Amino acid sequence: MKYRPSEVVDFVVVGAGAAGGVVAKELSAAGFRVVVLEQGPYLREKDFTHDEIHYVRHQGLTNDQKQQPVTFRRSENEPAVNFKAIAYGRQVGGGTVHFAANYWRFHESDFVERSSWGAIPGTAFADWPLRYADLEPHYAKAERDMGVSGLAGANPFDSPRSGPYPLPPMPVKSSGVLFDRGARKLGLHPYPAPVAILSQPYHGRGACTHCGYCQWFGCEMRAKSSTLATVIPMAEKTGRCEVRPNSYARRIQMARDGRVTGVVYFDARRREVLQRAKAVVVCANGVETPRLLLMSKTNRFPHGLANSSGMLGKCLMWDNSAGVQCVFEHPLNDYKGIRATRVLQDYYDCDPKRGFYGGGAMDARFGSFPASFGLGGLPPDVPRWGAEFKKALAWYFPRTMMIVGHSPSLPMERNNVTLDPAVKDAWGLPAARITFDYHADDVKCAKWLWQKQIEILEAAGAKKVWGKLNEKPGMSVHLMGTCRMGHDARTSVVNAFSQSHDVKNLFLVDGSNFVTSARQQPTATIQALAYRASGYMIEAARRGEL
Amino acid sequence: MSISRRDLALGLMGLASAEELAAAWQHAHDAAAGGTKLEYLSAADASEIEALVSQIIPSDDTPGAKEAGAVYFIDRALASWDRGQREVYRAGLADLQQRRRAAFPLSASIAGLASEQAVALLQGIETTPFFEALRTHTILGFSGPPSYGGNRGKVGWTHIGVEDKMIFEPPFGYYDAEGTR
Ligand SMILES: Cc1cc2nc3c(=O)[nH]c(=O)nc-3n(C[C@H](O)[C@H](O)[C@H](O)COP(=O)(O)OP(=O)(O)OC[C@H]3O[C@@H](n4cnc5c(N)ncnc54)[C@H](O)[C@@H]3O)c2cc1C
Repeated sequence: MKYRPSEVVDFVVVGAGAAGGVVAKELSAAGFRVVVLEQGPYLREKDFTHDEIHYVRHQGLTNDQKQQPVTFRRSENEPAVNFKAIAYGRQVGGGTVHFAANYWRFHESDFVERSSWGAIPGTAFADWPLRYADLEPHYAKAERDMGVSGLAGANPFDSPRSGPYPLPPMPVKSSGVLFDRGARKLGLHPYPAPVAILSQPYHGRGACTHCGYCQWFGCEMRAKSSTLATVIPMAEKTGRCEVRPNSYARRIQMARDGRVTGVVYFDARRREVLQRAKAVVVCANGVETPRLLLMSKTNRFPHGLANSSGMLGKCLMWDNSAGVQCVFEHPLNDYKGIRATRVLQDYYDCDPKRGFYGGGAMDARFGSFPASFGLGGLPPDVPRWGAEFKKALAWYFPRTMMIVGHSPSLPMERNNVTLDPAVKDAWGLPAARITFDYHADDVKCAKWLWQKQIEILEAAGAKKVWGKLNEKPGMSVHLMGTCRMGHDARTSVVNAFSQSHDVKNLFLVDGSNFVTSARQQPTATIQALAYRASGYMIEAARRGEL
Repeated sequence: MSISRRDLALGLMGLASAEELAAAWQHAHDAAAGGTKLEYLSAADASEIEALVSQIIPSDDTPGAKEAGAVYFIDRALASWDRGQREVYRAGLADLQQRRRAAFPLSASIAGLASEQAVALLQGIETTPFFEALRTHTILGFSGPPSYGGNRGKVGWTHIGVEDKMIFEPPFGYYDAEGTR
């Protein structure tokens, strides 16, 4: 399907990632004419390889710091420096192309943490404007549409599910078995990791062949349930959806009546094109969505489109995760198979006895690919080069695994996305300037969880445990919170259906909607929100409200 | 694809000139199968760099950075995707040659040094950007993707027990059997 830009389609969607793919499919399946503008290329399975240098070292499927620089500072009192503080997937399929595919639902408690914990001074800690029960059917639909493998009932801390996972869990790896061993000794409850990867053939796609190249890579086998392999082809099959790659949105167009009328983008040849539409859905992620709105300011919205609240770009939350590595006596060969096969959520909920806000989840996983392992995977007491180094490579690589702990990042207005006043990208647009630093509780929680990770590995019989806990933010790959949802138009950017409070035919649907960060792994929730928002858009459009 | 015993012996004794060694080195490598043309480095510099990478991941009873072709990896990196490191190499190598002449006045080249001498030389620059670049490239050239000119015959992967396959079947590791589910 191809539309002319001058044609007024029903919806133009910016970004073909985790959320954008879902929205495109839902809207087109409901009979609407949809154009999806994606700044990145349209890659196919045959384009993917196991090239560790391109995909891991150069993060070849993510935003390119040379073309689209990001600047970073820890507070507004510091000058921002050129630093890739955030990474996201930049192609049709977005971050779901190269994600590790951990597919965790949030818990009932996540949506009401503010009520149960109380206020936290200096933060924008709040309840969500919806509950787990509102999202449950959408989680279930997302799991069915994508193809998610897991074992319902295996995690005693899960919130209620309306049904089983569509596919049985992936086979456990040695890292998962050892994690099980250690955790059970401590009376904990590890369970098979829910993943957006096929354990069996599903909807015409083949099962995973356990090649091991999941995180940072695209899946050649279409076994990873990215939106590229699932809902985007479904959208295109409707005959009503055009996915337009290499189309970089630079401004949302607004008419005098206060409604948006389309999106101006740079095409592959860097010409500016206006795609007209009756409604606009921005799914460009937790950093690019606020950036695009900030770049779309008007006389009516001098501080950024749809920003009457002043909250646009604020409350950016970080991917707070830390890995502990360890080595066992015998080879695990953890490079084979998917990244993580076991998860544990015993420590998920907050507990005032700990003295800080937060809880944690963790997963047992493969650490680093061969060359990355040589560069930084060995324990600090091993020589960095020479004969001993070489010997250590051979001994450690097959015997090493890690536990990654995932803990929250509190929403604070001082952590935000703004337009850099000086640095421009290759198209002449202002760079995203990230201002971020942890809340004291973020650090306390990560440290506490870190000790729990070590306890489990020691209980499992690890011969040596090592790692480094960063107290300064490094790079975040979970971009959450910059267009938060809420009932009150004075303190939030969108309502509980991801609709702009200010502009009725403008929807912002992606990780930016998050009110809190739960225990990370945001993608399942991003997609559940996208299904819910799509349903609302379809109803509103049918009623003629958009 | 190794330099002949005689060349090596000459080198170790410091008798061969740097040019002679480089020529012998180039000859030995050309004779090996495929992909030995240099795109950026001179044969003389390549010979010196190979001597250095051979200390970072030495060849002992199993292949090291040298057999993996790490120097070709470096040559191609500097010729293409890692051009930005050229100056680090140029300045770093010049500095290292100076250090060599100061420490081992009788030597003619790094490749001609005894192993302990080369190690001592490298220990002196361990915290420099040149060493960091060299170490990074050596490791990438040892166990990175073979399509970049290194990891020849997949020796780097073999060394760490990695099979290059698209399809694996569980059990993957020693402990899998202990699993209940
Ligand atoms: C290495 C890595 C591993 C990860 N593993 C996991 C995991 O295991 N589990 C998990 O839950 N999450 C994981 N994530 C995070 C996950 O990828 C993101 O949470 C998710 O993709 C975000 O979805 P989104 O819809 O908000 O945005 P995205 O998926 O980022 O999609 C946004 C899309 O919009 C496009 N876009 C942006 N700006 C414009 C513009 N101006 N014009 C046109 N197009 C634009 C982008 O190119 C992109 O394709 C991982 C991320 C990384 C980097």
